[in-house]
Amino acid sequence: MAGVIRRRARRQRLFRWVVLTVLGIFFLLPLVAMLEFTTRGAGGGFSAHTWRLLVDWPKLTETYPDLSTGIRASFGLVLLTVALTLVLLVPTVIWVRLRLPRLRRLVEFLCLLPLTIPAIVLVVGLAPVYAWVTYFLGGSPLTLTFAYTVLVLPYAYRSVDAGLSAIDVRTLAEAARSLGAGWPTVIWRVVLPNIRSAVLSAAFLTVALVLGEFTIASLLNRTNLQVAVNLLGKSSATMSVAVSLAALLLAFVLLLLLSLVGDGRRRTLKKEIS
Amino acid sequence: MAVVTTMPDPGAQAPGVRPHPARRRVRLLGVVPFFGYVGIFLAVPTLVVAVGAVTGDDGGFTLDNLARLGDSYVLAAFGRSILLSAVTALLGAVLGALLGYALVTARPDGLLRRAVTAASGVLAQFGGVTLAFAFIATIGLSGFVTEFLRDRVGIDIYASGVWLFELPGLLLVYAYFQIPLMVIVFLPALDGIRPQWREAAASLGGSTWQYWRLVGMPLLAPPFLGGTLLLFANAFSAYATAAALVSQGSPIVPLQIRGALTSEVVLGQQNLGKAMALGMIVVVALVMWLYALLQKRSAKWLG
Repeated sequence: MAGVIRRRARRQRLFRWVVLTVLGIFFLLPLVAMLEFTTRGAGGGFSAHTWRLLVDWPKLTETYPDLSTGIRASFGLVLLTVALTLVLLVPTVIWVRLRLPRLRRLVEFLCLLPLTIPAIVLVVGLAPVYAWVTYFLGGSPLTLTFAYTVLVLPYAYRSVDAGLSAIDVRTLAEAARSLGAGWPTVIWRVVLPNIRSAVLSAAFLTVALVLGEFTIASLLNRTNLQVAVNLLGKSSATMSVAVSLAALLLAFVLLLLLSLVGDGRRRTLKKEIS
Repeated sequence: MAVVTTMPDPGAQAPGVRPHPARRRVRLLGVVPFFGYVGIFLAVPTLVVAVGAVTGDDGGFTLDNLARLGDSYVLAAFGRSILLSAVTALLGAVLGALLGYALVTARPDGLLRRAVTAASGVLAQFGGVTLAFAFIATIGLSGFVTEFLRDRVGIDIYASGVWLFELPGLLLVYAYFQIPLMVIVFLPALDGIRPQWREAAASLGGSTWQYWRLVGMPLLAPPFLGGTLLLFANAFSAYATAAALVSQGSPIVPLQIRGALTSEVVLGQQNLGKAMALGMIVVVALVMWLYALLQKRSAKWLG
């Protein structure tokens, strides 16, 4: 038996390394290629010119005004969308859980609905709605936050819902209420601190999604980071590839932070149990 | 000195007690902002698509738009979209499942598994313009791999035409986000397989092949199929990558919808885009419904 297990372990190791090597090459090659593409000098040598320009904000603004507008719009959108999503979703989900349990299925259904409506379809229906938005609020790219909040609803909902399921909301709320706390206090000072990491992960997902969004911005004729990068690709391929790579690395760092937040939560839980 | 006030309304309602109608109305006020928002930015757009699909240019009810879905170029776009989604879903599912299996045979808390899982999380989200540029830098006309193969090996991958910006190119590029997505959705199912089952099969004299054919595969079939369906919906809905990559023609449905939205309105086609959009919703909803069914089944077996 021991021999069989050892042989199987060896076979599995071989299989593992073959699969990982082949797919690893497939996945790393484009990233390496992007780096090589952006550091290619005029004579075929190495040049860090593009990257130096990318971190030099005033000069970048001067050289590629559209790009800097797009970057600024995307960062503004990130802040607004995170704020709007959390303000809209977190109190509602807590409130429904505590006081309106019958509505829970409906809220869940509505939050997960955007998963079955592709962004390209949503934008078809959003066009008339945005005619009104433009009428009331103007054509600023920041108005995209309304559409983005809908896009991130499923992910944010899942995260917040999971966070709430992990704690005993009802008992916490009853305890706080019996000590004289009003509902706003219960939500803000009792429940919210207990689902901090879930809220944080919802926020991180929102950031990653908003930074990468192209479909809605491009078809509603508003400039964000991705629209600017796409436009730039036609005139300066090197710069657009560099910005793409930078955005990707930023998303990677954010999601890595997210997994660390999740880990931290698990570790504290384990500590509490033991 | 704290003043203790009696709270007339303890946190939870006792089961079976119907709250006073007036208080229920007050309670419902708490969800008004959410429902209002979702109504304007989710329900209205969906209705616009659904109603627009059966509205003619004169504003009356008509089935003409839906009938136009039968036009050969629309049908061809749907066919190509479905082909692209099906092929990349299958490819992604098989390769993603293999990668997932390679990961579960490694140590569960090891560095390898952590790194690959984190990377998969990023790459599954990594669609859009960035991905298109990544592949242009890799196998575009002056890409890294293209130049390497041409100058050092002497192979011109574009000898018979530039295929990166057409359907074959999309197949390759879509695989880049489909495989990581499969890893993410399939890993939990693979973790549900207990090593004891394998030991039990072995102690009864079963071979590796018998174990996989009689135990492993039947258990993993529902989550595998479910993952494939999710990948299909994912590819079918994707727009940005194709939009950034394909500049000529509209081979797939999302690009056809772009054409309908941005081009000059052709008489009698005003709402064709909405009809195509409705067609997309129907396909995705069907696929996601099947996915939910399979999900329930695999939760029962591997939960």
